Amino acid sequence: MEYFLQQLINGLTLGSIYALVAIGYTMVYGIIGMINFAHGDIFMVGGFLALIAFLGLLAIGVTAVPLALFLVLIVAMLLTALYGWTVERIAYRPLRGSFRLAPLISAIGMSIFLQNYVQIAQGARVKSLPPLVTGAHVLMDSGKFVVQLTNIQIVIIVTTTVLMLLFSWMVSSTRLGRDMRACEQDLKMAALVGVNTDRTISLTFVIGAALAAVAGIMYLLYYGAIDFFVGFVAGVKAFTAAVLGGIGSLPGAMLGGLMIGLIETFWSAYFSSEYKDVAAFSILILVLIFMPTGILGRPEVEKV
Amino acid sequence: MLVPNDPKSAERVSRLDVGGAIKDAAVATVVAFGLFSLMLGLLTQPGPSGQLTISERPKLLIVSLIVVFVGRFLVAIFTRSLRVPLISRLISPKLSTSFRQLERFAAPALLGFALVVPVLFYSNRYLLDLAILVLTYTMLAWGLNIVVGLAGLLDLGYVAFYAVGAYSYALLAKNFGLSFWVCLPLAGILASFWGIMLGFPVLRLRGDYLAIVTLAFGEIIRIVITNWQDFTGGPNGISGIPRPSFFGIPFTSDPEGFAALFHLEFTPTHRVVFLYYLILALALITCAVTIRLRQLPIGRAWEALREDEIACRSLGVNTTNTKLTAFATGAMFAGFAGSFFATRQGFISPESFVFMESALVLAIVVLGGMGSQLGVAVAALVMLGGFELFRNFEQFRMLIFGAAMVGIMVWRPRGLVATRTPSVYLEKKKDIPAAIVEEARQ
Amino acid sequence: MSETARDTILDVQHLTMRFGGLVAVNDLSFKAARGKITAIIGPNGAGKTTVFNCITGFYQPTEGMLELTHATGKHFLLERMRDFKIAAHARVTRTFQNIRLFAGMTALENLLVAQHNHLMKASGFTVLGLVGWPGYRHAKREAIDRARFWLDRIGLLARADDPAGVLAYGQQRRLEIARAMCAEPVLLCLDEPAAGLNPREAHELNKFLLAIRNETGTSILLIEHHMRVVMEISDQVVVLDYGQKIAEGSPAEIRGDPKVIAAYLGVEKEEVA
Repeated sequence: MEYFLQQLINGLTLGSIYALVAIGYTMVYGIIGMINFAHGDIFMVGGFLALIAFLGLLAIGVTAVPLALFLVLIVAMLLTALYGWTVERIAYRPLRGSFRLAPLISAIGMSIFLQNYVQIAQGARVKSLPPLVTGAHVLMDSGKFVVQLTNIQIVIIVTTTVLMLLFSWMVSSTRLGRDMRACEQDLKMAALVGVNTDRTISLTFVIGAALAAVAGIMYLLYYGAIDFFVGFVAGVKAFTAAVLGGIGSLPGAMLGGLMIGLIETFWSAYFSSEYKDVAAFSILILVLIFMPTGILGRPEVEKV
Repeated sequence: MLVPNDPKSAERVSRLDVGGAIKDAAVATVVAFGLFSLMLGLLTQPGPSGQLTISERPKLLIVSLIVVFVGRFLVAIFTRSLRVPLISRLISPKLSTSFRQLERFAAPALLGFALVVPVLFYSNRYLLDLAILVLTYTMLAWGLNIVVGLAGLLDLGYVAFYAVGAYSYALLAKNFGLSFWVCLPLAGILASFWGIMLGFPVLRLRGDYLAIVTLAFGEIIRIVITNWQDFTGGPNGISGIPRPSFFGIPFTSDPEGFAALFHLEFTPTHRVVFLYYLILALALITCAVTIRLRQLPIGRAWEALREDEIACRSLGVNTTNTKLTAFATGAMFAGFAGSFFATRQGFISPESFVFMESALVLAIVVLGGMGSQLGVAVAALVMLGGFELFRNFEQFRMLIFGAAMVGIMVWRPRGLVATRTPSVYLEKKKDIPAAIVEEARQ
Repeated sequence: MSETARDTILDVQHLTMRFGGLVAVNDLSFKAARGKITAIIGPNGAGKTTVFNCITGFYQPTEGMLELTHATGKHFLLERMRDFKIAAHARVTRTFQNIRLFAGMTALENLLVAQHNHLMKASGFTVLGLVGWPGYRHAKREAIDRARFWLDRIGLLARADDPAGVLAYGQQRRLEIARAMCAEPVLLCLDEPAAGLNPREAHELNKFLLAIRNETGTSILLIEHHMRVVMEISDQVVVLDYGQKIAEGSPAEIRGDPKVIAAYLGVEKEEVA
């Protein structure tokens, strides 16, 4: 029972990280119908930027953890957003309206580029960081097993929740959110009624990247390590989450993220951890085949 | 008689929009500063105590910024002054048609060249190996072209069939001692079978979804191969795969060997040359079969499927079977290629069947342009040749590859040969520009 | 089998189509006579294309029966069949409201795809074709001849090798009909074939459709807004409004039917009754 609870907590934490990345996928797919293959690598870049920022701050003497965290958050979000913007401008915008395969290949190329860019810039080895947020709270102690909620887990879950709420508010109540929803429904029509579609699409990428950056920071703090290849697998899992929850649906991305996090954690805990990636891939396949609109997505009727 | 100056060039010079170009370059540099400041400007390295330390790299940062500034400036000058977007300047429709005209001469020329490569480069083992590599990927690309180019099914997991072919051959040859010529068709059949297995679940999927699911399948197969130690040898792979023989005569130095029987001095090059002609034959068969299939009803159905699946169904075409046939046929050729790969290397491991391989083959197909066999072959040559040229820049190779993929897509999304040749005609074969060819109309 | 049954090619009985809470077609019943042209008309949103999609297998009806009878007496229950089987076995083909030609393939190729099943059998499911079997080559020649015949009928013989995507709108419409005919259907369903045609083109279309009816004996089911086309060539007209049949009869009867006029012009219900 205690073991189960612990896995539950762990799963929700992991799931929150996936949810943040999944939002980026679902937003981009909703608005331009494209799977941003390179989004997972943006998440990775965010993590790396956070790592560098942390070390930089430590080097200049900023050792107060909350302050450092705050500054790193700002810096990493801004710079990763810049990466997201640049990727869209260079690799996707010129191909808008082109045939299906072109943006996909371009995205794959971008993914390869980003991975190797980071690898060359910072070295191929796994980078580790000493735990910055320490401490835990014991929830239950049965003598055999202790259920803990660590501070970093609290940080992650709280940050994620706050960001999700902020984001949901933005989409439903602000001008930008309305523009995004309009573009999602009908890009051409949105342009015709005066929405600046280019800017809206760019902002979608930018916000998605910023959220991915937060996920990257959380990942770094939680696992204490990052390397240039985490983007690929994390990307597929986050995409699976987006699809599971219903691609194009924001609450779906959040729900999907949590579910994937829980499934992965429980699978590792109770079955085998080697095949945990297979679990994620299999879910992806099963969902896309049997329930392509996901849990919260809108069912599509084939228009003849 | 005064010869007038070329008015066009005068126009160009006088409209050199330096101010605008500088502005563009400045913006780009600011953006680049944001991007590079942390990632390039600082370096994280494990210090003496094992902890990560940080150090500055101002030189690298400044150099990168200068490169960005200058590069963007030049691009801006070019585009602003000529008042035509850079991209369309380089996409010359003439390029495509002239490529097609070249095809008539280039195809036989290239074929002729391919036939004599071992003669020309007999002593250069490195080039022979490279040639074999290029041909292997060309064959894979021709096979994938059936699935992606003809039938329009985005397959990102093609490497899985390559793996099935290789492992099938390895296991059959090692455990049952069957010869290459028996194992080859068996491997093809097994790969085909898996092609159908992949095809069934994805029948209703379209576009990007199909791509992701096939990618997931490919990854699952790779993970399974890596972890199923007992069957596939796990991460260590399978070694000691029987090497090819000249229709039964082994390429060894003993008296029953190939060299002795043909009264030649023994050299390992014999086997390499044989392998070369073997892959050449296999590749050419793939090419010939594809061309023939295009003219048959099944090929036409594949292309119609790519254009508009609903219209196909309304005409009575069994799109399920059409898709499955496409997957099966493409997979079969990958299986053949995999068998060749196994016997050529003598050793296989899951390392050779990563997603990158699928991406590479797909990039070759897309770069080559739909439906042009020659385009695909040239693309394979260019991509792999380019890859090899950059061998010395090991680290930067993949970086440039990624950038090249993006660049090529932005420059020529339809590939080198952006036209489609009809498979049947009444009067005249007219090439159809790629812009008209639809892709998976929903 | 009774005389009337043999005369009916398509018997639609209590067809109902629901999408979630929305009822698109409500308890529709009508008969389409063999060798005749039956038109389905009604205001926009009346459910006409939905009926077509049910008949041709793109939607599965929520309720109802669609019985197709060949001249040989063979029955098909279309509501249970898959779309391509309806085309291949029951021999019902269609055109689409938004033209669905294979734009990147030539006009000739378009017409050959329509003969796919026949050619596939002749090529021994590709195997014989690969080895150059003469039986296949003969079948292919025949198929090309049939295509040539239809291209000539629609006046596009000179454009046979041009991609369908570059043809003029009116030509594309005609090509789509010709393509549907190349599959040798017993029932041809046309979804707004006259949409976007000028009066002269509409007149040509009328001649074309009448010729099809008279020469090939193919029955035609037609959705149309173009009243001239409907009135001039239909043998029977079915009027839909809000998914229900509000009138059925010959063109003359329909023309004067007050309910039909009301549906199109929006007259108050009290005035009609």
